[in-house]
Amino acid sequence: MTNEDKLALEAELVAEKTTDVTANVEAKPSRLRQMVTTPVLITLAFLVCLVVIFSVMAPGKFGTASNLSLLAQNVAILTVVSVGTTFVIATAGIDLSIPSGVILGEVFAAQALSRIPVAGGGTAIDIAAADTTGTIILAALAAALVAGLILGTVNGFLVAYMRIPPMLATLGTLGAGLGVGLLLQKGVNVATYALNPVASGQLIPGVSNLVLIALVVVVIGYIGMHRAVFGRHTLAIGSNEEAARRVGLNVRRHLLKVYIVGGVASGFAGFLSLAYFSTTSVGGHTTDNLQAITAVALGGTSLFGGVAVVLGTLIGVWIPAVLQNGFIIVGVNPYWQMIAVGVVLVLAVWLDQLRRRGQNRR
Amino acid sequence: MTSTAASAAMSSSPAGAPIPALEARSIVKSFGTVRALRGASFEAYPGEVTALVGDNGAGKSTLIKVLSGVFPQDSGEIMVDGKTVHMGNPRDAAALGIETVYQDLALAPDLDAASNVFLGRELRRFRILHNQAEMRRQTAARFKELGVGLVQDLRIPVASFSGGQRQSVAIARAAMWAQHVIIMDEPTAALGVIQTEKVLELIETVRDRGLAVVLISHSLPEVLEVSDRIEVMRLGARVARFRRGDVDVDRLIASISGAYANEVPA
Repeated sequence: MTNEDKLALEAELVAEKTTDVTANVEAKPSRLRQMVTTPVLITLAFLVCLVVIFSVMAPGKFGTASNLSLLAQNVAILTVVSVGTTFVIATAGIDLSIPSGVILGEVFAAQALSRIPVAGGGTAIDIAAADTTGTIILAALAAALVAGLILGTVNGFLVAYMRIPPMLATLGTLGAGLGVGLLLQKGVNVATYALNPVASGQLIPGVSNLVLIALVVVVIGYIGMHRAVFGRHTLAIGSNEEAARRVGLNVRRHLLKVYIVGGVASGFAGFLSLAYFSTTSVGGHTTDNLQAITAVALGGTSLFGGVAVVLGTLIGVWIPAVLQNGFIIVGVNPYWQMIAVGVVLVLAVWLDQLRRRGQNRR
Repeated sequence: MTSTAASAAMSSSPAGAPIPALEARSIVKSFGTVRALRGASFEAYPGEVTALVGDNGAGKSTLIKVLSGVFPQDSGEIMVDGKTVHMGNPRDAAALGIETVYQDLALAPDLDAASNVFLGRELRRFRILHNQAEMRRQTAARFKELGVGLVQDLRIPVASFSGGQRQSVAIARAAMWAQHVIIMDEPTAALGVIQTEKVLELIETVRDRGLAVVLISHSLPEVLEVSDRIEVMRLGARVARFRRGDVDVDRLIASISGAYANEVPA
């Protein structure tokens, strides 16, 4: 019997005796109790333990500001897509088409750049980082977001209106999207430095813009999921679609919007990727979807829908990255990271299952 | 929203002939060649529990679905507070002050009670954010008014409530939004004895607040215990009407099975 089970049982016993409602509404300890039993705190504790262990095992190497800031940059792009896919998974859906969203974002941005003429001949795609302008960057950003919007709309239409199971619908758009990317680029990647300031600059001294952007996305995702009506409806649909329909929610339209959120997040990630790596990567990013789903699941968002933790997704993004980086630094074969992540992922989903079974027994 | 219950109570004042809060007149509804309703009539008055009983296939569910806007009737009239209305979908019914509680607990189990009560009608701040504190406060106040012996904590998902507690949340939600009528489709079908008793108490509380309660149930003792009036359907039309105290289980069974009638179907 898990802690949650015990607490829930105890809560039921209390309920049987309690008739005064208002006394309980303001009760603070229950909130604390709820937090302690949340799976996300278990994953957070796990992440903290990892950081402590690696810091102790490799003093002066792992726990340094430069290493952690490098890690933060490495996970920033994955963070952006993972926040987007948290919404999709909260509806009990899945988005396997993330890689095509990222690549189409890159490709659309690059195509936009190559269509912007610049003074002195040539196009914006060939200019040096120092010569770029806000307009050029915004044009590339808009193109990347449009790519994501198109992909998200197609996904949402297939899932919500044509009732195709999300896994198959997005598997289809995964392949199709990658094909479109290859066609547009004729199979060849293109390099550009025009967007570099987006990733390498530091609007706030000491914090890479990439990290700052990822944090902003997390905050927007947090508000959108946990404070906004949009997130409430997302969770309601994931929890019981029929109930949502009966109270008059437009379930189809909302699902469409959720898949658009997922698509736009991946398109935006493509823009960031082009800025960070200075090149498109058709044929790359193939495991972004699995990494994002892993992060979301590790973070305590239920793959069965109805429960989502945006801050947990942030933690979930970090666990595989810390394992990888830490293993390399302490001299463990980094292949172990894949095994460790796999084990942790299965454990996290198992915990979620236990929680659900505990609830449904009654 | 608390004033709505009071206004419903006023229209129930016994001066003159009471006007039904919800009335169906000669409703006909066919599905292909099957005539589910053949001129069914029904009345529910404010401040009363009206039970709708009948065997499987008698047309209860079809009538209820017509009355809650799930599908339109082929012919016949629906009247709310004496005025003819048209309902194309459940939203129209809700706008007319009619709420339905379904037997299969139409709650989102992962959301807490307040979120369920306000689902689709969230109180907002800055247009896009929800005002959870206020929704929780109003839910707690409403639960207290209705004597819903909940809730261990309004913050925890309703999935961790018992079936009876969940049904109480569903009924409290309907009571919060219904201005005239609450339709309950077998609200106790999935519940144990004690939970059923609590839900029946809640039904009486809601009734005493002046709403018209329509109760569909297969449990005749339960119907006799809680109903002010009982209407019996058979083969798609009303065949008998009783007031509380004028009927016993035997006579109910006789009318359900066709051996007794005190009304000739239109």
